[in-house]
Amino acid sequence: MTLTKGKALRFVFGETVAELAETDPRIVVLDGDLGSSTGAYIFEAAHPDRFFQMGIAEQNLLGAAAGMATVGFVPFVSTFACFAVARALDSIRVLIAQPRLNVKITGGYAGLLAGMTGKTHLMFDDVAVMRAMAHMVVVAPADEVETRQAIKAIVDYQGPVYLRLTRQDSPVLFDDSYRFELGKSTVLREGGDVTVFSTGVHTTRVYEATGLLADDGIEAHLVHVPTIKPIDEEGIVEAARRTGFVVTAEEHTIIGGLGGAVAETLSDRHPVPVKRIGLADTFGESGPDDALLDKYGISVEKTTAAIKALVLERRRGTQA
Amino acid sequence: MSRHTTVAGPDVVELQDLARQARAHIVRSIAGARGGHLGGPLSVIDMLIALYFRVLQIRPEQPDWADRDRCVLSKGHSSIALYTALAMRGYFPVEELSTFDAIDSRLQGHPDMTRTPGVDMSSGSLGLGFSGALGIALGARAAGKDFTTYAVLGDGECNEGIVWEAAHAAQRYALDNIIAIIDHNKLQQFGWHGDTLEVRLPPYTGTQLVDRWSAFGWKVFEMDGHDMSAILSTIDLARNHRGGPAAIVAHTVKGKGISFMENNYTWHARVPTPEELALALTELGEPIAPPGGGS
Repeated sequence: MTLTKGKALRFVFGETVAELAETDPRIVVLDGDLGSSTGAYIFEAAHPDRFFQMGIAEQNLLGAAAGMATVGFVPFVSTFACFAVARALDSIRVLIAQPRLNVKITGGYAGLLAGMTGKTHLMFDDVAVMRAMAHMVVVAPADEVETRQAIKAIVDYQGPVYLRLTRQDSPVLFDDSYRFELGKSTVLREGGDVTVFSTGVHTTRVYEATGLLADDGIEAHLVHVPTIKPIDEEGIVEAARRTGFVVTAEEHTIIGGLGGAVAETLSDRHPVPVKRIGLADTFGESGPDDALLDKYGISVEKTTAAIKALVLERRRGTQA
Repeated sequence: MSRHTTVAGPDVVELQDLARQARAHIVRSIAGARGGHLGGPLSVIDMLIALYFRVLQIRPEQPDWADRDRCVLSKGHSSIALYTALAMRGYFPVEELSTFDAIDSRLQGHPDMTRTPGVDMSSGSLGLGFSGALGIALGARAAGKDFTTYAVLGDGECNEGIVWEAAHAAQRYALDNIIAIIDHNKLQQFGWHGDTLEVRLPPYTGTQLVDRWSAFGWKVFEMDGHDMSAILSTIDLARNHRGGPAAIVAHTVKGKGISFMENNYTWHARVPTPEELALALTELGEPIAPPGGGS
């Protein structure tokens, strides 16, 4: 049941952008002095003349990317999610989102697992912030296969994109037959007891969790939602119809992330009970990965238990 | 050898008259819209007229011409001055200035590159336009383009940290295809009070602004930002500077050209009464009724 180990998305980012730049002269990378962490160093080594070190100055990092986009480049901005989204938000809003400029913002080290950095660097309200911004596309791939395809897709897409990337090695979920399509969700398991939506690397944990639930007699209908904005409304509604009971699971606060997007979609289109699990309305702290996942309630085990409890509660409620 | 020659156009006396007409457009537009800014537009307008009529290599009939010089008004609250210069230069009809700030207008309160022909970068949240201009200059070099990017900033705007982030990057990349022009009118919206609350102090005094830009590795020139001859000759010096970025600290008067607005911080964003508008137009030697008799 356990997925095989794969690469950290940050390295896949560096490799893929470097590879695409071989044939696409529009691609440049702007770094906020974190290239040795974010994987951008791989691009620098391959294309030193198209790598722009902007220093520890994130407002200008994002603003300069906007300027470069106006002369025809496709700039990838590489920094940590906390610095891109929180520190440089005004540059993103006024210079990138409002004019709909073709800048690809990669938020590295997003989520709970940022290598013992603590609450300053742990950014898990980034999706809520970026999703609320008009004109912004928000993508959170699950593994290396999907990340490669998603990066190609966002280069082909004309307009601003926020790409959520993570630090730690992630399992491989998809094989080479998988086809990522911007704005589309994908069904990973079919089941009739509960529809579960998840996104990003967390989908690998939820995939394992729903496997454990199946062993326990609970058949989950699992849908991976890599594009959180624009959300796949048809796919969400169709999957919700399958069971009439929805759980969302994410490595993000339960406020405004995937859970918010799914709840908004379903309350408009197909109102059914929606339960959101993920990180609470809180900030993070330092600690080893396993301890953080456990303490903040999003480990495979905690996710399994949470979904099981919700399904059992639902069964009791519908029987009563 | 010069990189560019000044483009052909009106002579200094004609430029002065264009600036006088522009000031009338500005006060009429703000009075008509019952909103917007006056002090900053009046301090920067001479430089914008000089830029658009004699400096920038542009094609008003083809606003997105790829090789045009770029001009970013980073002090975006002076948008009406930019719109006036663009209209007078032929980007859109001068009559359209009366739609400033109106619903569905192409002329938004702050410059919007998606709406207005000739606006090279959106701006308005201070400091951002300059950062965008830095990116344009960086991109121009990477793309092998020969055009020059001009960024017009306010002195109060230089409070913003992003200005110095971008200034450092320009120096780090030794960009000599970007020119920052700082409208040093010595008053920001509210600023710091002096001996009394009515006395508002300049954001930077003496040589402080020059010293800051110099310290960031920029070659700094100074000029009288209301003297057309000085504007043209100083910009010419700046754009022929090589090996790094150049800044021009333009000494100006906030509210310039209308006696009761000059050096008075309350005119930063005040709407003139009909009487004040009439007085202003009289001082500018313009008819009080607008041309054509429109509102």
